[in-house]
Amino acid sequence: MNTQGRKTTPDVESAAATDVGTYTGNRALVHEEPLIFELDNPGVTGVDLEAAPAVASRLGGLKAREGIGLPGLSEPTVVRHYTRLSQKNLGIDSTMYPLGSCTMKHNPRLNEKLARLPGFGDIHPMQPQSTVQGALELIDQLAHWLKTLTGMPAVAMSPAAGAHGELCGLMAIRAALQARGETGRTRVLVPESAHGTNPATAAFCGFTVDAIPAEANGRVSVEAVKAKLGPDVACIMLTNPNTCGLFEPQVKEIADAVHAAGGYFYCDGANYNAIVGRVRPADLGVDAMHINLHKTFSTPHGGGGPGSGPVVLSDALAPYAPLPYVVHGADGFRLVEHEGEVEQGAQPFGRMKAFHGQMGMFVRALAYIMSHGADGLRQASSDAVLNANYLKARLQDLMSVPFDGYCMHEALFDDRFLKDTGVTTLDFAKAMIDEGFHPMTMYFPLVVHGAFLIEPTETESKATLDQFVGAMRHLAGKAKAGDAAHFLAAPRYTPRRRLDETAAARKPVLRWAPPAV
Amino acid sequence: MRYLPLTEADRQEMLAAIGAPSVDALFGDVPAAARLDQPIAGLPNHQGELQVERALSRLAARNVPAGSCPSFLGAGAYRHHVPASVDQLLTRGEFLTSYTPYQPEVTQGTLQYLFEFQTQVALITGMDVANASMYDGATACAEAVLMANRVTRRNRAVLSGGLHPHYRDVTATTTGVLGVDLVTLPADPKGIEDLAAAIDDKTSCVVVQNPTLFGHVADLTPLAEACHAKGALLVVVVTEVVSLGMMPSPGSMGADIVVAEGQSIGNGLNFGGPYLGLFATRDKFVRQMPGRLCGETVDADGKRGFVLTLSTREQHIRREKATSNICTNSGLCALAFTMHLSLLGEVGFTGLARLNHAKAVQLADKLAAAGVSVLNQGFFNEFTVQVKGDAAALVDRLAAEPILAGVPVSRLHPGQADLADLLLVAVTETTTEDDMDALVQALGGKQ
Ligand SMILES: Cc1ncc(COP(=O)(O)O)c(C=O)c1O
Repeated sequence: MNTQGRKTTPDVESAAATDVGTYTGNRALVHEEPLIFELDNPGVTGVDLEAAPAVASRLGGLKAREGIGLPGLSEPTVVRHYTRLSQKNLGIDSTMYPLGSCTMKHNPRLNEKLARLPGFGDIHPMQPQSTVQGALELIDQLAHWLKTLTGMPAVAMSPAAGAHGELCGLMAIRAALQARGETGRTRVLVPESAHGTNPATAAFCGFTVDAIPAEANGRVSVEAVKAKLGPDVACIMLTNPNTCGLFEPQVKEIADAVHAAGGYFYCDGANYNAIVGRVRPADLGVDAMHINLHKTFSTPHGGGGPGSGPVVLSDALAPYAPLPYVVHGADGFRLVEHEGEVEQGAQPFGRMKAFHGQMGMFVRALAYIMSHGADGLRQASSDAVLNANYLKARLQDLMSVPFDGYCMHEALFDDRFLKDTGVTTLDFAKAMIDEGFHPMTMYFPLVVHGAFLIEPTETESKATLDQFVGAMRHLAGKAKAGDAAHFLAAPRYTPRRRLDETAAARKPVLRWAPPAV
Repeated sequence: MRYLPLTEADRQEMLAAIGAPSVDALFGDVPAAARLDQPIAGLPNHQGELQVERALSRLAARNVPAGSCPSFLGAGAYRHHVPASVDQLLTRGEFLTSYTPYQPEVTQGTLQYLFEFQTQVALITGMDVANASMYDGATACAEAVLMANRVTRRNRAVLSGGLHPHYRDVTATTTGVLGVDLVTLPADPKGIEDLAAAIDDKTSCVVVQNPTLFGHVADLTPLAEACHAKGALLVVVVTEVVSLGMMPSPGSMGADIVVAEGQSIGNGLNFGGPYLGLFATRDKFVRQMPGRLCGETVDADGKRGFVLTLSTREQHIRREKATSNICTNSGLCALAFTMHLSLLGEVGFTGLARLNHAKAVQLADKLAAAGVSVLNQGFFNEFTVQVKGDAAALVDRLAAEPILAGVPVSRLHPGQADLADLLLVAVTETTTEDDMDALVQALGGKQ
């Protein structure tokens, strides 16, 4: 989400030293690490297998394959390789990672331990249901928490991530419209500030996308929504708190207007972490909302996934929830897997995923939720909002704030404070890296110029926030003092300096190939 | 509360710096009617590690782990041995707790393993390029059909009766809303369907699973030729990725898109998720691909490095015109896969596949000798047997022993009387001879 098509190559050829001056090219703790293919020692393996029983192959006449081209590595080589790669990465374990909208909060290790219990990690999705009653109960317990916290009557557990949850919600809306015989509702309203997955999902679900302009105050107004409503509108996809880090004050009026016009309210719940325990989405008129368990409930992001995106549903949409789902009957928990087994009134719109959902994420999220409890979840969202407002208050005199007032869990700045400095948001982000921080989200949301979206989360201490403030003030001062060179040469201390993304896209090299001989 | 570092004094000091009277005041934009003054009623308060561990361990104890008894479950999820080093490395915080590599200078670790992963997937599928993962095999299958439609500008896909019904259903759900015409062939337990006959001038692709749900294996070369003759693409689905260590690669047989479930390598059963969708294709189609791609480039010093690339296909740039809406994928599962496959290497991967196959042959022979009829001529590590009576009832009965005897076909193809006595039986390197003998004993007619 960090690009507005900004150029990412440095503007000036930096004069910084290229030659490290060591024989190996390593710099002490930072190693130059080849690709596994370049470490190949043919014939070596890191896994010892028992001898195969001596039987004739029965591959239906197919010839057994040889010469795949995988490299041979021993276990020590592999362990060292990936350890070295890990040392070229930042995680929330390493430093403050205020990547707005992505909610990089602490990932408790208890949750990792529990997800690996054989009773959760080593059960097969197609085991007889009598042998997985504890797993089904866990799904049911997590569903109960999600429903109670949001005030919604139902939840579809299977979506694999936020965008997949959006698809689930829109498919439920589509099914509900079909059931009402209103197939002419083909337009979906999406505010300009929305995350890219919202319009992409609407299109992926066969709707046309109609953008709602943002107001000057960063909010969506009920008038702007009303101006777009009509008999062909299926739903609005509104993010609340929105991607500018603001609570939509007219959210209830917007919901009412959409409902009055016969549409549904899909809420992008990526920012639900700001309001857990303080606001129930049901009280805002929401019909469907995904919850990114990998954001709000801290399941690790893992360098890009996996996630989990359960979708809470209103009474109007609940009957259309996809298969499979868990029900509680007289003889324990049961997984409803087929249309023929559904209870009276249910009309599942289909299936989203091969199996029942991201069980590994469910275990972690439930452990997180139980550790916090009702009191702790409310405290966590309160602290997340407090931390963001603290950053905003301590930085707003030096950086530029597009929207006044208190923010929710993330503080948004634009790049006006960098005007005429020769420093862009991207340059600034790279200098933050040298200061030891992961940068904020840049150039998103699109409705402000050169966005800095800073989300500290509740798991940063005041001492860390103060150090971050100090670094940001230092950098803002440097930029304003005319030291653009400092930024253009950044980052200096990373395993690699600025990477040429333009060249990567122009001539894509997407895999290793053996050197030509 | 152990995860929250702020003290009450911190909070007061911070509120003073903000100039806000209270934290509640920060929530002033929330409509008054929707504001909650108290923690939500009816939910318990916070608990210590010990208490949470105790409660969840109790739930875990009520499940029967597949590794605790003889298990022959497959049908799209397989229990393999994952080397200890994989999980040890996976939990390194620098991997586990990082986000999508948007800032390449501080995520070269993630980007390099994605580049290695993409290369490994391309090698084992026999394709040119692979992406950085999808949610699972089934969602990858649905995306493959959509991609084939974009490439061919056609709108009709033919799905084999050997395709896993969950893959069929996810594909139908995903493409149905877009008005895609799906021609779905009936369940094919004997492996005798004629897919080529279903191709016409409107067909964008044929989706075929190899080995099929029922375990049949085929040379797909003639089918690929039949597809290409009509301007259609061949989409090959692999639900047991270990098979690629022994079966001819889909690429060598003419596949245009290969999608697979990568769970078998590096990833546990996890009751169905998170899993790992693999997606590979030909170079010429790369711009129609869904999902993230990592590419090689150089840094300001001219040194090799890696970045996410070709993102003009993706939702954050193209919004409603993107090739897919996917954002978060299965990054860490891809890391587990790439580490396990690195450990295996050429010798280990081909050896593992041969070991799986040989054990499956051994079990098939033992069952046949005991009078159980095995439907397959050829198979990899899973085959279909015909039992006496209802397979689902038999499986339920044996679960009490416990023996996890396999997946009854009726659980995947319900309501078809002619399939009710069929059982899918999978064997991996984790299956012992004692396990086999227990199953033979339980199913065997001659004992
Ligand atoms: C506002 C918003 N909506 C939707 C998404 C998509 O969620 P996911 O990445 O889990 O698919 C994101 C995450 O990046 C987001 O920030």
